[in-house]
Amino acid sequence: MAIEDGVNGEASSWDAPSPRLRVLRHYEVAACTLVALILAVIITVVVDATVAGVTAVIGVILVGAIADVIAGRRVRAWGYAERAEDLLVKRGVMFRRMSVIPYGRMQYVEVTAGPFERAFGLATVQMHTAAAASDARIPGLPAVEAARLRDQLTSLGEAHAMGL
Amino acid sequence: MSEPLAPEPPAGLSPPQPRALAGLGGDWQRLHPLSPLVRAGRGVLTIVVIVLIPTVASRQGSLGNDLAHVGVLVVIFVLGVISWLVTRWRVEGGVLRVESGLIRRTSERFPLSQIQAIDTVRPGLARVFGLTELRIRLASGSGKAGRLAYLTNAEAETLRARLLALSHGVAEAAPASPAPTPEQTLVSVPPGQLFASLLLTGTGLVLELAIVGLLVLAIVAPAVESAAISAGAVGLLGLAVSLFRRFNGDYRLTVTDAPDGLRLRAGLVETSAETIPQGRIQAIRMIEPLAWRPFGWCRLEVDVASQKSKGRQDRNQAKAARALLPVGSREQGALLVAKVFPGLPSERLAPPARARWKSPLRFHYLSCAANERYAVATSGRLQRATDWVPLEKVQSIRLLEGPIQRRLRLSSIHLDTAGRKVHAVLRDRDRMEGMQLLGELPDQCRHARQLEDRSHRSS
Repeated sequence: MAIEDGVNGEASSWDAPSPRLRVLRHYEVAACTLVALILAVIITVVVDATVAGVTAVIGVILVGAIADVIAGRRVRAWGYAERAEDLLVKRGVMFRRMSVIPYGRMQYVEVTAGPFERAFGLATVQMHTAAAASDARIPGLPAVEAARLRDQLTSLGEAHAMGL
Repeated sequence: MSEPLAPEPPAGLSPPQPRALAGLGGDWQRLHPLSPLVRAGRGVLTIVVIVLIPTVASRQGSLGNDLAHVGVLVVIFVLGVISWLVTRWRVEGGVLRVESGLIRRTSERFPLSQIQAIDTVRPGLARVFGLTELRIRLASGSGKAGRLAYLTNAEAETLRARLLALSHGVAEAAPASPAPTPEQTLVSVPPGQLFASLLLTGTGLVLELAIVGLLVLAIVAPAVESAAISAGAVGLLGLAVSLFRRFNGDYRLTVTDAPDGLRLRAGLVETSAETIPQGRIQAIRMIEPLAWRPFGWCRLEVDVASQKSKGRQDRNQAKAARALLPVGSREQGALLVAKVFPGLPSERLAPPARARWKSPLRFHYLSCAANERYAVATSGRLQRATDWVPLEKVQSIRLLEGPIQRRLRLSSIHLDTAGRKVHAVLRDRDRMEGMQLLGELPDQCRHARQLEDRSHRSS
């Protein structure tokens, strides 16, 4: 049984971040690669070392391509499932992790959207508990879905609320 | 076992304190006039010494210089008097109110019904004047403590007993205080053992090695000696001070079993009596360093729920999360753990043998177990550490698989609590077992919480 199969083989239907998150990550990697490329070209021109310069440019493009593939796999690995009593969040490719956060332990829900996320109509939902180590962040949700999840989690949290 | 506990006379025996009782009756009361002096403590003493000694010693100093020094003293004195004048407290309508500050006035309210514990603290200077600080801890999540610093010992004792009685719903008109129930002493740490154990900690060993090194150097090459001493002095002093602080804080630590939790009394210069409320403990950790193992000693630390530390007051609270037992035999440790968490899982499960590839060193002690109330995990090689976490305190559960673990079909389960330091990690379990745990533990945690709620309501 793999970690993807959900808890106890229970057919949890995983929800995933929006496909637009993949596009956003494409652009992010491309932007970083472009900056690195420009730097490499400038240095090549200034130092006037053609062979090293060409190698550097190829290297940068290669690293960019690998980073893009990894970013894509990380986006695909991300998933969450709302169950009756708790929220399940899974993520990670190299280090896989799956968190179970009971609704009753929720202290508050945070919805954030950076400038680039906003441009893509995306938002990040994070659920906070009294434990600092709790890890319940879901990035790249469509704004409407993020708002729905926030309201849903808030009302479930109130229903299950309990003290420390 | 019940040896007389010197620092605190039973509240019932002390004569009624008119001032404290007036405060309970709803009249505004001031703290003890010496409070600002004690609170400023060493700071003021240092200033006085720095200012006074040159003034007195060097008579040839100019008059203006003397006046400036006297002026500083007068300003400090006036500030102290003002802070005493503007700080006052009273109990009114089931709420303890403390007001302080002249320019930025603060007024704090502590509902008596929410009082969870009242600790008493006596710094060295306060003991000289026979004063006590009361620290009132509320049950609400913020974990903010109210301070009444300082009252006379007898006043503090009366007030503590009355406040606790009020918080338990005894009518305000009731006479003095109910007879305090005798507390059973669970464990006390002899100073000799504490001293020896501190010498065997990492810090202690470094300090001893350095001292031995210096002695050898003094015999072999006396010329280098003074230079080496001056170079290493600051570092050594720092180590010695940190060791002394632990010795000072845990000196003659006695754990007694009070009705509302475990009561810890300790201290050489500053003595304190604090209560660790039973229901607030998030986790316990037992640590057995390598150097202690020949003697079979261990150290117990408890983690209580609290917010992130900021400022002086919270640093004192962080002490509440300190050692429950600075040093003791394994039997004493086990006794305390069983007292706090009754019904722990008895047998442990070792991880699969292939976990040795991932954790070659800690594999030796690696084990874990969980029953319907508690989870326990042991790890570490040089310093064996065992963590106990009550399932009703678990905030979230995480399953982690690193690249090596994935190849070996292993996974680790983390149980997060609201405590700051300790959280249990069921490390390197078989993947199937890990998934099964991840499926079962949330339900078990919920059941444990419901059991806990029910027992609270019935009591």
